[in-house]
Amino acid sequence: MNRLTNCFEKLNQSGKKALMPYITAGDSNPSITVPLMHRMVESGADIIELGIPFSDPMADGPTVQLACERALVHHTSLRDTIAMMTEFRKTDDTTPVVLMGYLNPVETMGYEEFAQAASSVGVDGLLTVDLPPEEATDIVPILKSHNIDPIFLLSPTTTNERIKKISDAGSGFLYYVSLKGVTGSNALNVNEVAERVQTIKSISSLPVAVGFGVKDAETASAVSKVSDGSIVGSAIVKIIENNIDDADTIMDQIGALLVSMRTAMDKS
Amino acid sequence: MSSVENDKDLIGIDLSTVDWNSFPDEKGHFGIYGGRFAAETLMDAIEELGDAYESLKDNPQFQKDYDDDLRHYVGRPSPLYHAERWSRELGGAQIYLKREDLNHTGAHKINNTIGQALLAKHMGKPRIIAETGAGQHGVATATIAARLGLECVVYMGEVDVARQAPNVYRMKLLGAEVIPVTSGSKTLKDALNEAMRDWVTNVDNTFYCIGTVAGPHPYPMMVRDFQTIIGREAKEQCLEQTGRLPDALIACVGGGSNAIGLFHEFLPDLDVEMIGVEPAGLGLDTDKHAAPLSMAKPGVLHGNRMYLLADEDGQVTEPHSISAGLDYPGVGPEHCFLKDTGRANYVAIKDDEAMEAFHALTRIEGIIPALESSHALAYAMKLAPTMSSDKNIIVNLSGRGDKDINTVAALEGIKL
Repeated sequence: MNRLTNCFEKLNQSGKKALMPYITAGDSNPSITVPLMHRMVESGADIIELGIPFSDPMADGPTVQLACERALVHHTSLRDTIAMMTEFRKTDDTTPVVLMGYLNPVETMGYEEFAQAASSVGVDGLLTVDLPPEEATDIVPILKSHNIDPIFLLSPTTTNERIKKISDAGSGFLYYVSLKGVTGSNALNVNEVAERVQTIKSISSLPVAVGFGVKDAETASAVSKVSDGSIVGSAIVKIIENNIDDADTIMDQIGALLVSMRTAMDKS
Repeated sequence: MSSVENDKDLIGIDLSTVDWNSFPDEKGHFGIYGGRFAAETLMDAIEELGDAYESLKDNPQFQKDYDDDLRHYVGRPSPLYHAERWSRELGGAQIYLKREDLNHTGAHKINNTIGQALLAKHMGKPRIIAETGAGQHGVATATIAARLGLECVVYMGEVDVARQAPNVYRMKLLGAEVIPVTSGSKTLKDALNEAMRDWVTNVDNTFYCIGTVAGPHPYPMMVRDFQTIIGREAKEQCLEQTGRLPDALIACVGGGSNAIGLFHEFLPDLDVEMIGVEPAGLGLDTDKHAAPLSMAKPGVLHGNRMYLLADEDGQVTEPHSISAGLDYPGVGPEHCFLKDTGRANYVAIKDDEAMEAFHALTRIEGIIPALESSHALAYAMKLAPTMSSDKNIIVNLSGRGDKDINTVAALEGIKL
């Protein structure tokens, strides 16, 4: 069974789009992560992106950087993140989970050891933002042999030639970065996104989810209209940042944000 | 079992069979090192840069502009100076200093910024950004940006802003905006992170001028190419002054640009020993050092695979060195390659040994060296007495120490 492919197929059949929230594992402390994942599923999330904390998150803006720093205060590691997955899968065996982060923790653990461990606890995909397909020729076959989808990014400046190359290397879905900049940036142009997603879909048969700049019900709905899913990261992490020691408020506010997004996305 | 190991294919290789100019390969790899580990949002810009550099590097007009600037603006060739008195005191090999400290702006960094700024101009990028540790690369970038009329933004860790105040002011005088970086360890690696974020965001009009032989391909190759002038001159000067090649080369290694600049021309000359000197900080047996080649395994950061200081979870650890310019957890991929092949040896020098060399050169030769270069000098102090007086060592005096006098004074409890 491949949870990601199943998920997109099911959504497609019912005319719905994927709602894909991101949190960093261990932010604001390790005990909140698994309950928060369940809460996000209850609030309408289809796929969870679980961030692997990293000391030098070069492609992220201040919001996710701070999330990494909070998680690293508790020394939340890739192994801890995988352990959280074990816990999550005890009561949820259907929601796809994609680990998202940077290559060095994965490389330090070892590709094969990572793939085995992650696969055995039900991780469905891996997105390492600093690993373009050219450098991924070793890890991709290992991931695929363990039924883990390698997820790659596409950007507004990715050429058609590269879209093809990236689509051939990846599986599960493609992650379209909607704007130039780091995570948490503003100013999303829906028409531009629509045009780009159309181009990508003319080249690739993979589902295309859109991230960067999705921050509320309105943007989530607008983006999902022109793609296969909306990824929301910094807006969720910001709620944690604003309520660091208050787990109940974090749960309630993130739950409410996702419910509002789900409602808006399903209305259209 | 970890998959992170050094490059087994390079170890034990017959050095006489290596074509040193065939590295990196077209994808930027030096064995397993180097490469292009960058976010997709940057790939187009990196490819554009690679194409622009490939098309310009052999262009006669571009080379002429570059050579003219080195000669008339930087003041090259820099002298190769026989430190006779110091050599005599040490009682061994003759020490020659490659005087990069006499370059305009006071270090080797400007050899590279002139090349990259000319490239930026050719590519039509009106804005140039840089990261800096000691501030030498920042000053060198701000200098050439001023001259070419480019907007200049320099990212610098907050810790370095404090310990390199004179250079911060110099950059501001030159019209650059200096942005203190407060994330992570607040030093060079964090400045690099922040510069990359800026580049991703402003990729249309911005040229990222990296100061060392690291980063995604083509940077390690391009910065090396701009710095090889050091070794080409040194070789010629050495032949002219001594009638033969040197016996050993010594250079400090943070990211490694001055060392590659000196070494590269001599790579095929297998009788010339090469020694890169990393900062051992408070000691390699403590966690306060910045010596990945001596102490670390390969990892991936800042767009390339290299020896990288990191913990067992793959988190990059905070380096320490008395010299801001060497305070970096990684090292350029070509050095990793030279280490694994055995073509160069890498040693480490502690803060206090570097300080001792700083004072020695200042008092005995009347040359105040940068704390970075003092690491290379400190190793020369160890090596020279073990060699006979008819042997010659070239030490790359990569920068001058004016910027460091506040640090040195503070260490000695003196308030300026």
